[in-house]
Amino acid sequence: MSVPSAPILQMENISKRFGRVAANAAASIEVGEGEIFALVGENGAGKSVLMSILCGVLRPDAGRILFKGQPLKLGSPLEATRHRIGMVHQHFMLAPNLTVAENYLLGQGSPLRLLWRTTDVAGRIAELSRRYGLEVRPDAFVRDLSVGERQRVEILRILFQGAELIVLDEPTAVLTPGETDRLLKLLRELARDRKTVIFISHKLDEVMRVSDRVSVMRDGRVVFSASTRDTNPRELARQMVGRDVPTDLPARAASPGEVVFSVENLHCRNDLGLPAVRGVSFVIRQGEIIGVAGVSGNGQSELARALAGLIPATEGTIRLNGEEISGLSSHAINRRPIAHIPEDCAANGVVPQLPLTENAILQRYDRAPFATLGLLNVRAIESHTQALVEKFHVRTDGIHAPIQSLSGGNQQKFVVARELARHPDFLIVNQLTRGIDIGASELVMQAILEQRNLNKAILLISTELEELFALCDRILVMYDGRLVGELPPDRGRLEELGLLMTGEAIEARRLREAVPGAVSGDATQ
Amino acid sequence: MSDIPIRSSLDPALRLLSRAGLAALAPIAAVLFALGVSALLLQLNGFHAADVVNVMVLGAVSDKRSIAEVLLKATPLILIGVGLCIAFRCSIWNIGAEGQLYAGASAATACGVNFGALPAWLHIVLILVAGSVAGAAWGALAGLLRVYFRASEVVTTIMLNYIAIILTSYLVTGPLKDPAASYPQSAKLARDLWLPRFLPPTRLHVGILIALAAAVAAYVFLFRSSAGYAVRVVGLNPSAAAYAGINVARNVLLAIAISGGLAGLAGAIEIAGVNYRLYQDISPGYGFEGIAVALLANNNPLAAVASGVLFAVLRSGSELMQISAQVPQVLVFVIQGLCILSVAAFTAFRRRGPQPAG
Amino acid sequence: MQIASMLDFLSTTVGADWRLATPLIFAATGEAICERAGVLNIGVEGIMLIGAFSGFATSHATGDLALGFGAGMASGFLTALVFAVFAVTIKANQIVAGVAINLLGLGLTSFLFRTYFISTGRGVDIARPLNIPFLSDIPYLGPALFQQNLLVYATIPVVIAAWGVLFRTSYGLTIRAVGEHPKAVDVTGKSVALYRYSAVLIGGVLGGLGGAFLTLAHANQFVENITSGRGFIALSIVVFARWSPIGVFFVSLLFGLFYALQLQLQADPNVRVPYQALQALPYLTTIVALMLVRNRWDAPSMLGIPYWKA
Repeated sequence: MSVPSAPILQMENISKRFGRVAANAAASIEVGEGEIFALVGENGAGKSVLMSILCGVLRPDAGRILFKGQPLKLGSPLEATRHRIGMVHQHFMLAPNLTVAENYLLGQGSPLRLLWRTTDVAGRIAELSRRYGLEVRPDAFVRDLSVGERQRVEILRILFQGAELIVLDEPTAVLTPGETDRLLKLLRELARDRKTVIFISHKLDEVMRVSDRVSVMRDGRVVFSASTRDTNPRELARQMVGRDVPTDLPARAASPGEVVFSVENLHCRNDLGLPAVRGVSFVIRQGEIIGVAGVSGNGQSELARALAGLIPATEGTIRLNGEEISGLSSHAINRRPIAHIPEDCAANGVVPQLPLTENAILQRYDRAPFATLGLLNVRAIESHTQALVEKFHVRTDGIHAPIQSLSGGNQQKFVVARELARHPDFLIVNQLTRGIDIGASELVMQAILEQRNLNKAILLISTELEELFALCDRILVMYDGRLVGELPPDRGRLEELGLLMTGEAIEARRLREAVPGAVSGDATQ
Repeated sequence: MSDIPIRSSLDPALRLLSRAGLAALAPIAAVLFALGVSALLLQLNGFHAADVVNVMVLGAVSDKRSIAEVLLKATPLILIGVGLCIAFRCSIWNIGAEGQLYAGASAATACGVNFGALPAWLHIVLILVAGSVAGAAWGALAGLLRVYFRASEVVTTIMLNYIAIILTSYLVTGPLKDPAASYPQSAKLARDLWLPRFLPPTRLHVGILIALAAAVAAYVFLFRSSAGYAVRVVGLNPSAAAYAGINVARNVLLAIAISGGLAGLAGAIEIAGVNYRLYQDISPGYGFEGIAVALLANNNPLAAVASGVLFAVLRSGSELMQISAQVPQVLVFVIQGLCILSVAAFTAFRRRGPQPAG
Repeated sequence: MQIASMLDFLSTTVGADWRLATPLIFAATGEAICERAGVLNIGVEGIMLIGAFSGFATSHATGDLALGFGAGMASGFLTALVFAVFAVTIKANQIVAGVAINLLGLGLTSFLFRTYFISTGRGVDIARPLNIPFLSDIPYLGPALFQQNLLVYATIPVVIAAWGVLFRTSYGLTIRAVGEHPKAVDVTGKSVALYRYSAVLIGGVLGGLGGAFLTLAHANQFVENITSGRGFIALSIVVFARWSPIGVFFVSLLFGLFYALQLQLQADPNVRVPYQALQALPYLTTIVALMLVRNRWDAPSMLGIPYWKA
């Protein structure tokens, strides 16, 4: 474990509590100047909190920060900026109704300053943009920019404000593999320019690729620190979780059975009225888990919602057990053996202020056994809720507690429990383990596998490739509203998968054909 | 994906107690605050605050007759308040109860002065039904504008208030005008169409019983029925409602129609039980007071009964106050406004921050 | 001749239009700034009413019109301050707080009016508007546009200034950011709360001015509930004008037209429409306007949503 000779940053024994929970417990890190430092850990480990303290967003209960040898007490993000520490948040701090240049001007200078032209700002933006190869259009409205562009704008803004220490929180979460490459190259460029970079990530392959040193956090503590070249992903994963991560999961089921669910030439539109799904077709059989990989925003959300009947299909048919369900309302579909675990359960799958009991009956509130003649059967509802909580070890203060008092992982477990209790023949899952801790993740992944073993059919849409590799029998790739490829869950073909995800289907095929004995899988069926 | 944890919960029993305590404490504190500030206002303007408040609160419940008057005033307040509990729980800001009351009163009168051939009991029922339907339709109008035109119901219901009041004015100066009277008003309802009184010699009529029944029915609807559950889910989280197969538009219309219907019923009861004829300014602002009633009751229909009685006491008292101390009774609007502000503040304190994410 | 009388009618109507639109222009411009910062103040009606009464009472007591207008603005400021405390600091529901302000406005003004002015009999001093004729000798155009009082002319510089502040100053940039993405402003160290307060208070000053106009330059006296819903109409003007001060000016003129027509047609014995139909025109127009502006994509994203510092 080599320590940098002259660390530019030392965070010593930082502690921070929220109520009874210790988000940071005597966490310490050291970062050298011009280094790329990775901070890894699973959700809830304390990485975001530690970095928020560094950037002045939160104040620590105990501990101290030494920056360039001087102790630092930061009361606000503005002070951090003045000390040349900048943070690129996961959710960008850009006002969508203003241009890039106007966003840069926010907070600068006296309020009465007249802004007749933003050319002086535009000039500096152009210069920085050239230096780091970051294409940024100063006069574009932020709402018209893609996610990758917005991130570039954010990073450039930090540089514009003169940051020497740059913190990035999960920067690649919203990027395609190609954009990720560009970002990692940028980080190296920044390090070469004597800027210090700290990035938070849970993607170990990126950490291995680009960082110089890495620290692992778990339960609020820093449990491991090393030079990147002295460690490996398996060790990092073990430190993150505290035990060996099982890489083998139960054997796949025998050959799949009858067709349960089929989709033919499905088209549908997104909230803005633009086509989001353009001619998707596939079938799923009993005992199969089919994955849909793709970067967020390529139509997966709309696909899931169309299959669940939440948005109408403009063209195409959807069949469940042979019956066409394309035109049915979501109310009618709820009465059929199909269940849906939605994206962002806390926002869409539950009503946060209502107790668990009233959340347990969300789709079945108007029929037996939970309602008779229009009135709710309180006893039946309570016993059902109790059963769900027990089966999935949902940690709660009681079945009448408002569901928002549960942690994200427990809410997800509850929703999974609720959906599986409907005994569906077909289950749509959109983002199974996003944002939840590893204990809950394992439990829900096991539950999905159990369903497969019971000969149910499952469609798993996910941006987490690890999840797809672990669970699926086949992985379909969605890009720009179409299915552009299909792969077996073979980690060796990750590059091909990445190419498909970014629309490089031709390149992907070239890659596949270059490998001798490659399995010829086709985009549909 | 922040790993900042959810606010940890207190011991459950303590939390329940604090919640119940706060629930009862808040309305009482709100009323006391409102009375206190009003007393100050009176004092500053040359009235003897203590005497006035005394008259206002105690005078209103001093004898059988005055209690009956309070209950008479409480009837429309409870009906409107209960209706608004339902609308507010669906996150529909129905500021139009006043207009819905006028619509109901107009329809009730139109029904009452015609159809003379019907047996009295049927005619009375028809009058009440006509009022409810008219109020429901008036509310549904704003609901349709919201559902199909994304028009904010806050502004449309307020506009419909003015239109309903103007329409009523037109009716009593035109089609419904009593030819015998010089003052713009409708003909008087036949004696046998008046709502039966049950506490002679007071004016108290069965309307109060209808109001109580409505409160109970609304409570059962909201918290014990599937339909009410759907309405609440729509109000709390429309995307979860869509996910649950609940038709958001239909429930919005249902909630505002019920709310309007109860306000219309209140209007019909005012005609058939108190005034027996229609004229301009038939409501001294019950529609807006109903908002205070519902908010003070935390949108719970059963609590709205107590809240309605409370505001009726204040209103009755303010009339007495004007008679005995020449204090303009419009002060009661100030009290209502202050009550709403206090309740709004308490609700905000109770929430203490944005809803924590998953 | 036919044409002459028609031109006459037009000229009077246009003149009345601008004059009747003036309170709406002031109130809606103020509300537009307030809403751009993300705060929905439906208490404009109450603020206008309080401004109307304060202006009237001060003018009556001092005989000075300027002081009256000043009082209108000051009282609007104070009322908006109360609203701001509830909306921005306490973070109460803004619609509920607005309803309360309206009730308070109605109750307070009626109470004070009845306490101090009714008992003194109807001998209330009539405040005369200022008539500053400029190019008032131009036939037809003169009476229409150039014989208004100072406040009516003031609507133009006020609207231009509001536009300039919103779109050409650093302050306005921040206000617009606060209404869309307050967190982005927060991290620069500026206080979101302070900016919201300032926007609400500007709205209050302009609303109070608009109300004072009603009693000091339009009706020349105070009657209870003199605003009759103009504050609510201002709310829909803001939506129809897409939160732009320039748009507010022209949309207000449209509504002013309906008020003007109401006056003209009521006075005309040839018109046999019941007067209530004319009375209802502004309210009906508001509903139709809202129906036409079907989507509210241009609304500030955080309108009505309180901001909590992390």
